[in-house]
Amino acid sequence: MTTLKVTQPVTYSRVLGVGGVRGERVVTNDDIAGPINSSDEWIRQRTGIVTRRRAAEDTSLLDMCEGAGRAAIAASGVDPADIDVVILGTITYLEQTPAAAAIVAARLGLNPAAAYDISAACAGYCYGIGQADALVRAGTARNVLVIGAERMSDVIDPTDRTISFILGDGAGAAVVGASETPGIGPTVWGTDGDQAHLITQTHSWLTFRDGSDTSWPTLRQEGPAVFKWASFTLAPAARKAIEDAGLTPEDVDVFIPHQANMRIIDQMVKTIGLRDDVVVARDIAETGNTSAASIPLATERLLREGQAHGGQVALQIGFGAGLAYAAQVFVLPNQNNTQETKTWH
Amino acid sequence: MALTESEILAGLAEIVAEETGLPAEQVTPEASFADDLDIDSLSMMTIMTYAEEKFEVRIPDEDATSLSTVQDAVDFIAKAQA
Repeated sequence: MTTLKVTQPVTYSRVLGVGGVRGERVVTNDDIAGPINSSDEWIRQRTGIVTRRRAAEDTSLLDMCEGAGRAAIAASGVDPADIDVVILGTITYLEQTPAAAAIVAARLGLNPAAAYDISAACAGYCYGIGQADALVRAGTARNVLVIGAERMSDVIDPTDRTISFILGDGAGAAVVGASETPGIGPTVWGTDGDQAHLITQTHSWLTFRDGSDTSWPTLRQEGPAVFKWASFTLAPAARKAIEDAGLTPEDVDVFIPHQANMRIIDQMVKTIGLRDDVVVARDIAETGNTSAASIPLATERLLREGQAHGGQVALQIGFGAGLAYAAQVFVLPNQNNTQETKTWH
Repeated sequence: MALTESEILAGLAEIVAEETGLPAEQVTPEASFADDLDIDSLSMMTIMTYAEEKFEVRIPDEDATSLSTVQDAVDFIAKAQA
Protein backbone atom coordinates (compact mmCIF):
# COMPACT_ATOMS: atom_id res chain seq x y z
CA MET A 1 0.00 0.00 0.00
CA THR A 2 1.21 3.50 -0.83
CA THR A 3 1.69 5.83 2.12
CA LEU A 4 1.47 9.57 1.61
CA LYS A 5 4.07 11.87 2.95
CA VAL A 6 2.54 14.79 4.89
CA THR A 7 3.79 18.10 6.19
CA GLN A 8 5.91 17.92 9.30
CA PRO A 9 4.32 19.98 12.06
CA VAL A 10 6.35 22.34 14.21
CA THR A 11 5.48 22.76 17.86
CA TYR A 12 5.21 26.49 18.29
CA SER A 13 4.73 29.71 16.34
CA ARG A 14 5.09 33.32 17.30
CA VAL A 15 4.79 36.86 15.98
CA LEU A 16 8.30 37.73 14.75
CA GLY A 17 7.78 41.37 13.82
CA VAL A 18 5.10 44.01 13.39
CA GLY A 19 4.94 47.08 11.15
CA GLY A 20 2.43 49.57 9.91
CA VAL A 21 1.69 52.73 7.99
CA ARG A 22 -1.01 55.31 8.59
CA GLY A 23 -2.72 57.56 6.09
CA GLU A 24 -0.65 60.70 5.51
CA ARG A 25 -3.41 63.20 6.19
CA VAL A 26 -4.19 64.19 9.78
CA VAL A 27 -7.92 64.93 9.86
CA THR A 28 -9.16 66.78 12.95
CA ASN A 29 -12.61 66.65 14.47
CA ASP A 30 -13.20 70.23 13.39
CA ASP A 31 -12.43 69.19 9.82
CA ILE A 32 -15.36 66.80 9.74
CA ALA A 33 -17.81 68.12 12.35
CA GLY A 34 -19.72 70.45 10.02
CA PRO A 35 -21.65 67.97 7.85
CA ILE A 36 -22.74 65.97 10.91
CA ASN A 37 -23.67 69.06 12.91
CA SER A 38 -21.27 68.02 15.66
CA SER A 39 -18.27 69.40 17.50
CA ASP A 40 -14.75 68.51 18.54
CA GLU A 41 -15.95 68.15 22.15
CA TRP A 42 -18.85 65.80 21.26
CA ILE A 43 -16.64 63.55 19.13
CA ARG A 44 -13.91 63.37 21.80
CA GLN A 45 -16.42 62.63 24.53
CA ARG A 46 -18.26 59.96 22.54
CA THR A 47 -15.27 58.24 20.94
CA GLY A 48 -11.98 59.44 22.41
CA ILE A 49 -10.84 60.38 18.90
CA VAL A 50 -8.82 63.58 18.54
CA THR A 51 -7.62 63.04 14.98
CA ARG A 52 -7.95 60.28 12.42
CA ARG A 53 -5.40 59.49 9.72
CA ARG A 54 -6.60 59.28 6.15
CA ALA A 55 -4.76 58.41 2.96
CA ALA A 56 -3.66 61.00 0.45
CA GLU A 57 -5.67 60.92 -2.76
CA ASP A 58 -2.95 59.10 -4.69
CA THR A 59 -2.18 56.55 -1.97
CA SER A 60 -4.00 53.30 -2.63
CA LEU A 61 -4.87 50.44 -0.32
CA LEU A 62 -2.19 48.40 -2.11
CA ASP A 63 0.40 51.11 -1.41
CA MET A 64 -0.40 51.01 2.30
CA CYS A 65 -0.29 47.19 2.34
CA GLU A 66 3.10 47.27 0.69
CA GLY A 67 4.47 49.77 3.22
CA ALA A 68 3.14 47.80 6.19
CA GLY A 69 4.35 44.49 4.77
CA ARG A 70 7.82 45.84 4.14
CA ALA A 71 8.04 47.27 7.67
CA ALA A 72 6.86 44.01 9.26
CA ILE A 73 9.29 41.89 7.26
CA ALA A 74 12.16 44.22 8.19
CA ALA A 75 11.15 44.12 11.87
CA SER A 76 10.95 40.31 11.81
CA GLY A 77 14.38 39.78 10.25
CA VAL A 78 12.90 37.00 8.12
CA ASP A 79 14.29 36.48 4.62
CA PRO A 80 11.43 37.34 2.20
CA ALA A 81 12.26 34.13 0.33
CA ASP A 82 11.09 32.19 3.40
CA ILE A 83 7.60 33.72 3.46
CA ASP A 84 5.21 31.17 1.98
CA VAL A 85 1.80 32.77 2.51
CA VAL A 86 0.31 36.27 2.53
CA ILE A 87 -3.08 36.75 4.22
CA LEU A 88 -4.77 40.11 3.86
CA GLY A 89 -7.78 41.12 5.95
CA THR A 90 -9.70 43.99 4.38
CA ILE A 91 -13.20 45.14 3.48
CA THR A 92 -12.16 48.13 1.42
CA TYR A 93 -10.33 46.70 -1.58
CA LEU A 94 -12.97 47.78 -4.05
CA GLU A 95 -11.98 45.45 -6.86
CA GLN A 96 -13.69 42.09 -6.62
CA THR A 97 -10.87 40.14 -8.20
CA PRO A 98 -7.98 39.35 -8.27
CA ALA A 99 -7.23 39.42 -4.56
CA ALA A 100 -5.23 42.36 -3.27
CA ALA A 101 -2.96 39.94 -1.40
CA ALA A 102 -1.59 38.51 -4.66
CA ILE A 103 -0.62 41.94 -5.94
CA VAL A 104 0.88 42.91 -2.60
CA ALA A 105 2.88 39.67 -2.50
CA ALA A 106 4.32 40.44 -5.94
CA ARG A 107 5.14 44.03 -4.99
CA LEU A 108 7.00 42.75 -1.94
CA GLY A 109 8.96 40.25 -4.01
CA LEU A 110 7.32 37.28 -2.31
CA ASN A 111 6.31 35.34 -5.45
CA PRO A 112 5.25 32.56 -5.56
CA ALA A 113 3.82 32.86 -2.04
CA ALA A 114 0.21 31.76 -1.70
CA ALA A 115 -1.82 34.92 -1.16
CA TYR A 116 -5.46 35.55 -0.41
CA ASP A 117 -7.83 38.11 1.08
CA ILE A 118 -10.16 37.46 3.97
CA SER A 119 -13.30 39.41 4.80
CA ALA A 120 -13.89 39.58 8.52
CA ALA A 121 -13.99 43.37 8.86
CA CYS A 122 -12.44 44.63 12.10
CA ALA A 123 -11.72 41.03 13.17
CA GLY A 124 -9.80 40.37 9.93
CA TYR A 125 -6.31 40.73 11.34
CA CYS A 126 -6.96 38.40 14.30
CA TYR A 127 -8.60 35.90 11.94
CA GLY A 128 -5.41 36.11 9.89
CA ILE A 129 -3.16 35.58 12.91
CA GLY A 130 -5.24 32.53 13.87
CA GLN A 131 -4.80 31.10 10.37
CA ALA A 132 -1.10 31.94 10.27
CA ASP A 133 -0.53 30.22 13.62
CA ALA A 134 -2.28 27.09 12.33
CA LEU A 135 -0.45 27.11 8.97
CA VAL A 136 2.97 27.44 10.59
CA ARG A 137 2.38 24.84 13.28
CA ALA A 138 0.95 22.39 10.73
CA GLY A 139 4.10 22.79 8.65
CA THR A 140 2.09 24.15 5.69
CA ALA A 141 4.03 27.43 5.71
CA ARG A 142 7.40 28.38 7.12
CA ASN A 143 6.44 32.02 7.59
CA VAL A 144 3.20 33.91 6.97
CA LEU A 145 2.76 37.62 6.38
CA VAL A 146 -0.56 38.78 7.86
CA ILE A 147 -1.81 42.22 6.84
CA GLY A 148 -4.84 44.16 8.06
CA ALA A 149 -5.49 47.12 5.81
CA GLU A 150 -8.29 49.54 5.07
CA ARG A 151 -8.98 52.63 3.07
CA MET A 152 -12.16 53.36 4.99
CA SER A 153 -12.37 56.85 3.50
CA ASP A 154 -13.63 55.17 0.30
CA VAL A 155 -16.77 53.92 2.08
CA ILE A 156 -17.75 56.87 4.23
CA ASP A 157 -20.56 59.38 3.96
CA PRO A 158 -19.54 62.75 5.42
CA THR A 159 -23.13 63.34 6.58
CA ASP A 160 -23.42 60.00 8.41
CA ARG A 161 -23.50 60.35 12.20
CA THR A 162 -23.22 56.63 12.98
CA ILE A 163 -19.72 55.57 11.95
CA SER A 164 -18.09 57.59 9.15
CA PHE A 165 -16.62 60.25 11.42
CA ILE A 166 -14.57 57.73 13.41
CA LEU A 167 -12.97 55.96 10.45
CA GLY A 168 -9.37 56.22 9.26
CA ASP A 169 -7.02 54.65 6.73
CA GLY A 170 -3.92 52.56 7.28
CA ALA A 171 -2.30 49.16 7.13
CA GLY A 172 -0.63 47.05 9.77
CA ALA A 173 1.17 43.75 9.35
CA ALA A 174 2.91 40.96 11.20
CA VAL A 175 5.17 38.07 10.23
CA VAL A 176 4.34 34.79 11.97
CA GLY A 177 6.90 31.98 11.96
CA ALA A 178 8.18 28.98 13.87
CA SER A 179 9.33 29.39 17.45
CA GLU A 180 11.16 27.34 20.04
CA THR A 181 8.79 28.58 22.74
CA PRO A 182 4.99 29.05 22.73
CA GLY A 183 4.19 32.45 21.20
CA ILE A 184 0.55 32.44 20.12
CA GLY A 185 -2.27 31.02 22.24
CA PRO A 186 -5.38 29.33 20.85
CA THR A 187 -7.64 31.61 18.79
CA VAL A 188 -11.15 32.04 20.17
CA TRP A 189 -13.30 33.20 17.30
CA GLY A 190 -16.83 33.26 16.01
CA THR A 191 -19.62 35.13 14.30
CA ASP A 192 -23.23 36.05 14.99
CA GLY A 193 -24.85 36.57 11.61
CA ASP A 194 -28.24 37.14 13.26
CA GLN A 195 -26.88 40.56 14.13
CA ALA A 196 -25.34 41.27 10.73
CA HIS A 197 -27.60 44.32 10.38
CA LEU A 198 -25.83 46.14 13.22
CA ILE A 199 -22.82 47.08 11.05
CA THR A 200 -23.46 46.98 7.35
CA GLN A 201 -23.16 48.54 3.91
CA THR A 202 -26.12 50.82 3.12
CA HIS A 203 -27.03 48.87 -0.04
CA SER A 204 -25.47 46.33 -2.37
CA TRP A 205 -23.52 46.98 -5.55
CA LEU A 206 -26.36 45.26 -7.46
CA THR A 207 -28.81 47.86 -6.17
CA PHE A 208 -26.33 50.50 -7.25
CA ARG A 209 -26.00 48.96 -10.73
CA ASP A 210 -29.74 48.50 -11.19
CA GLY A 211 -30.30 52.17 -10.52
CA SER A 212 -32.77 51.74 -7.66
CA ASP A 213 -30.26 53.54 -5.45
CA THR A 214 -27.47 55.30 -7.28
CA SER A 215 -25.81 56.75 -4.20
CA TRP A 216 -22.35 55.35 -3.40
CA PRO A 217 -22.76 52.51 -0.86
CA THR A 218 -21.25 53.44 2.48
CA LEU A 219 -21.09 52.00 6.00
CA ARG A 220 -23.61 52.37 8.80
CA GLN A 221 -23.78 51.00 12.33
CA GLU A 222 -26.21 50.93 15.21
CA GLY A 223 -23.76 52.48 17.63
CA PRO A 224 -25.31 51.80 21.05
CA ALA A 225 -26.09 48.15 20.20
CA VAL A 226 -22.56 47.60 18.89
CA PHE A 227 -21.18 49.30 21.99
CA LYS A 228 -23.13 46.91 24.21
CA TRP A 229 -22.10 43.84 22.21
CA ALA A 230 -18.41 44.75 22.20
CA SER A 231 -18.23 46.05 25.77
CA PHE A 232 -20.10 43.25 27.49
CA THR A 233 -20.96 40.27 25.28
CA LEU A 234 -17.39 39.72 24.07
CA ALA A 235 -15.77 39.54 27.50
CA PRO A 236 -16.28 35.76 27.83
CA ALA A 237 -14.50 35.22 24.49
CA ALA A 238 -11.59 37.37 25.65
CA ARG A 239 -11.44 35.51 28.96
CA LYS A 240 -11.56 32.17 27.14
CA ALA A 241 -8.60 33.19 24.98
CA ILE A 242 -6.68 33.89 28.19
CA GLU A 243 -7.81 30.66 29.84
CA ASP A 244 -7.08 28.56 26.73
CA ALA A 245 -3.55 29.93 26.80
CA GLY A 246 -3.24 28.60 30.34
CA LEU A 247 -3.25 32.06 31.90
CA THR A 248 -5.48 34.27 34.03
CA PRO A 249 -6.46 37.91 33.34
CA GLU A 250 -3.81 38.88 35.90
CA ASP A 251 -1.11 37.51 33.60
CA VAL A 252 -1.93 39.85 30.72
CA ASP A 253 0.62 42.70 30.50
CA VAL A 254 -0.72 44.46 27.43
CA PHE A 255 -4.28 44.75 26.05
CA ILE A 256 -4.64 45.50 22.35
CA PRO A 257 -8.33 45.59 21.41
CA HIS A 258 -9.63 46.68 18.04
CA GLN A 259 -9.54 50.46 18.15
CA ALA A 260 -13.27 50.96 17.69
CA ASN A 261 -14.08 53.55 20.31
CA MET A 262 -12.25 54.62 23.49
CA ARG A 263 -15.42 54.07 25.51
CA ILE A 264 -15.56 50.43 24.36
CA ILE A 265 -11.86 49.98 25.16
CA ASP A 266 -12.29 51.39 28.69
CA GLN A 267 -15.35 49.25 29.36
CA MET A 268 -13.65 46.09 28.03
CA VAL A 269 -10.75 46.51 30.46
CA LYS A 270 -13.27 46.43 33.31
CA THR A 271 -15.54 43.74 31.90
CA ILE A 272 -12.70 41.32 31.13
CA GLY A 273 -11.19 41.99 34.55
CA LEU A 274 -7.69 42.99 33.49
CA ARG A 275 -5.08 44.33 35.92
CA ASP A 276 -5.25 48.01 36.90
CA ASP A 277 -1.73 48.52 35.54
CA VAL A 278 -2.30 46.68 32.25
CA VAL A 279 -0.90 48.65 29.30
CA VAL A 280 -3.86 49.50 27.05
CA ALA A 281 -3.49 50.36 23.38
CA ARG A 282 -5.14 53.71 22.67
CA ASP A 283 -3.92 54.44 19.16
CA ILE A 284 -7.50 55.37 18.24
CA ALA A 285 -7.02 58.85 19.73
CA GLU A 286 -4.68 59.81 16.90
CA THR A 287 -5.33 57.27 14.15
CA GLY A 288 -9.10 56.76 14.39
CA ASN A 289 -10.80 53.44 13.71
CA THR A 290 -8.96 51.72 10.86
CA SER A 291 -10.95 48.47 11.02
CA ALA A 292 -8.71 45.47 10.18
CA ALA A 293 -5.58 47.64 10.43
CA SER A 294 -6.21 48.94 13.93
CA ILE A 295 -4.71 46.12 16.03
CA PRO A 296 -1.36 45.79 14.23
CA LEU A 297 -1.10 49.59 14.04
CA ALA A 298 -1.76 49.88 17.77
CA THR A 299 0.79 47.11 18.44
CA GLU A 300 3.37 48.82 16.25
CA ARG A 301 2.87 52.08 18.17
CA LEU A 302 3.17 50.45 21.61
CA LEU A 303 6.47 48.83 20.65
CA ARG A 304 7.83 51.86 18.79
CA GLU A 305 7.06 54.23 21.66
CA GLY A 306 8.35 51.84 24.29
CA GLN A 307 5.00 51.55 26.11
CA ALA A 308 5.33 47.79 25.66
CA HIS A 309 8.28 45.58 24.88
CA GLY A 310 9.22 42.23 23.44
CA GLY A 311 8.46 39.24 25.64
CA GLN A 312 5.39 40.73 27.29
CA VAL A 313 2.11 38.83 27.18
CA ALA A 314 -0.53 40.62 25.12
CA LEU A 315 -4.22 39.95 24.56
CA GLN A 316 -5.63 41.09 21.23
CA ILE A 317 -9.27 41.00 20.22
CA GLY A 318 -10.78 42.07 16.93
CA PHE A 319 -14.52 42.56 16.52
CA GLY A 320 -16.85 44.13 14.02
CA ALA A 321 -19.18 43.58 11.08
CA GLY A 322 -20.53 40.07 10.79
CA LEU A 323 -20.75 40.27 13.66
CA ALA A 324 -17.32 38.63 13.72
CA TYR A 325 -14.78 38.42 16.51
CA ALA A 326 -11.44 36.76 17.22
CA ALA A 327 -9.15 36.89 20.22
CA GLN A 328 -5.77 35.44 21.06
CA VAL A 329 -3.00 35.85 23.59
CA PHE A 330 0.46 36.28 22.09
CA VAL A 331 3.98 37.19 23.11
CA LEU A 332 5.12 40.57 21.79
CA PRO A 333 8.13 40.42 19.44
CA ASN A 334 11.51 42.02 20.09
CA GLN A 335 12.07 44.70 17.52
CA ASN A 336 13.87 48.02 17.27
CA ASN A 337 11.99 50.44 15.10
CA THR A 338 11.84 53.83 16.70
CA GLN A 339 10.67 55.77 13.66
CA GLU A 340 7.15 55.79 12.32
CA THR A 341 7.12 54.31 8.81
CA LYS A 342 6.00 56.97 6.38
CA THR A 343 6.99 55.65 3.00
CA TRP A 344 5.08 53.15 0.95
CA HIS A 345 7.79 51.78 -1.33
CA MET B 1 -38.57 37.81 45.98
CA ALA B 2 -39.19 40.98 44.02
CA LEU B 3 -37.47 44.10 45.31
CA THR B 4 -39.46 47.14 46.41
CA GLU B 5 -39.38 50.33 44.37
CA SER B 6 -37.09 52.02 46.89
CA GLU B 7 -34.69 49.09 46.79
CA ILE B 8 -34.62 49.29 43.00
CA LEU B 9 -34.04 53.04 43.17
CA ALA B 10 -31.15 52.59 45.60
CA GLY B 11 -29.57 49.87 43.45
CA LEU B 12 -29.97 51.89 40.28
CA ALA B 13 -28.50 54.98 41.97
CA GLU B 14 -25.43 52.94 42.86
CA ILE B 15 -24.95 51.86 39.24
CA VAL B 16 -25.46 55.41 37.92
CA ALA B 17 -23.04 56.80 40.50
CA GLU B 18 -20.43 54.24 39.48
CA GLU B 19 -20.80 55.04 35.77
CA THR B 20 -21.04 58.83 36.01
CA GLY B 21 -19.12 59.69 39.16
CA LEU B 22 -22.14 61.65 40.42
CA PRO B 23 -23.22 61.26 44.08
CA ALA B 24 -25.97 58.64 44.40
CA GLU B 25 -28.26 61.18 46.15
CA GLN B 26 -28.49 63.09 42.89
CA VAL B 27 -30.19 60.09 41.27
CA THR B 28 -33.73 61.03 42.26
CA PRO B 29 -36.88 59.50 40.73
CA GLU B 30 -37.74 62.64 38.76
CA ALA B 31 -34.21 63.12 37.36
CA SER B 32 -33.92 62.84 33.61
CA PHE B 33 -31.03 60.61 32.51
CA ALA B 34 -30.08 62.85 29.59
CA ASP B 35 -30.88 66.33 30.88
CA ASP B 36 -30.20 66.15 34.62
CA LEU B 37 -27.60 63.40 34.88
CA ASP B 38 -25.86 64.09 31.56
CA ILE B 39 -26.00 60.44 30.54
CA ASP B 40 -25.56 59.75 26.83
CA SER B 41 -26.76 56.70 24.93
CA LEU B 42 -23.54 54.73 25.49
CA SER B 43 -23.61 55.35 29.25
CA MET B 44 -27.29 54.42 29.22
CA MET B 45 -26.40 51.08 27.58
CA THR B 46 -23.76 50.48 30.24
CA ILE B 47 -26.12 51.35 33.10
CA MET B 48 -28.91 49.16 31.74
CA THR B 49 -26.53 46.25 31.20
CA TYR B 50 -25.41 46.43 34.83
CA ALA B 51 -29.06 46.82 35.88
CA GLU B 52 -29.97 43.65 33.97
CA GLU B 53 -27.30 41.80 35.90
CA LYS B 54 -28.12 43.30 39.29
CA PHE B 55 -31.90 42.94 39.12
CA GLU B 56 -31.90 39.76 37.02
CA VAL B 57 -34.22 41.22 34.41
CA ARG B 58 -34.03 41.70 30.66
CA ILE B 59 -34.06 45.29 29.37
CA PRO B 60 -34.14 45.23 25.55
CA ASP B 61 -32.13 48.00 23.85
CA GLU B 62 -35.22 49.56 22.32
CA ASP B 63 -36.86 49.79 25.75
CA ALA B 64 -33.69 51.17 27.33
CA THR B 65 -33.67 54.10 24.92
CA SER B 66 -37.27 54.99 25.79
CA LEU B 67 -36.61 55.31 29.53
CA SER B 68 -36.23 59.02 30.05
CA THR B 69 -36.36 59.45 33.84
CA VAL B 70 -35.02 57.39 36.73
CA GLN B 71 -38.63 56.62 37.73
CA ASP B 72 -39.27 55.23 34.21
CA ALA B 73 -36.37 52.82 34.75
CA VAL B 74 -37.52 51.87 38.25
CA ASP B 75 -41.02 51.16 36.92
CA PHE B 76 -39.66 49.10 34.04
CA ILE B 77 -37.46 47.00 36.32
CA ALA B 78 -40.26 46.53 38.89
CA LYS B 79 -42.61 45.33 36.14
CA ALA B 80 -39.96 43.08 34.60
CA GLN B 81 -39.32 41.47 37.99
CA ALA B 82 -42.97 40.74 38.62
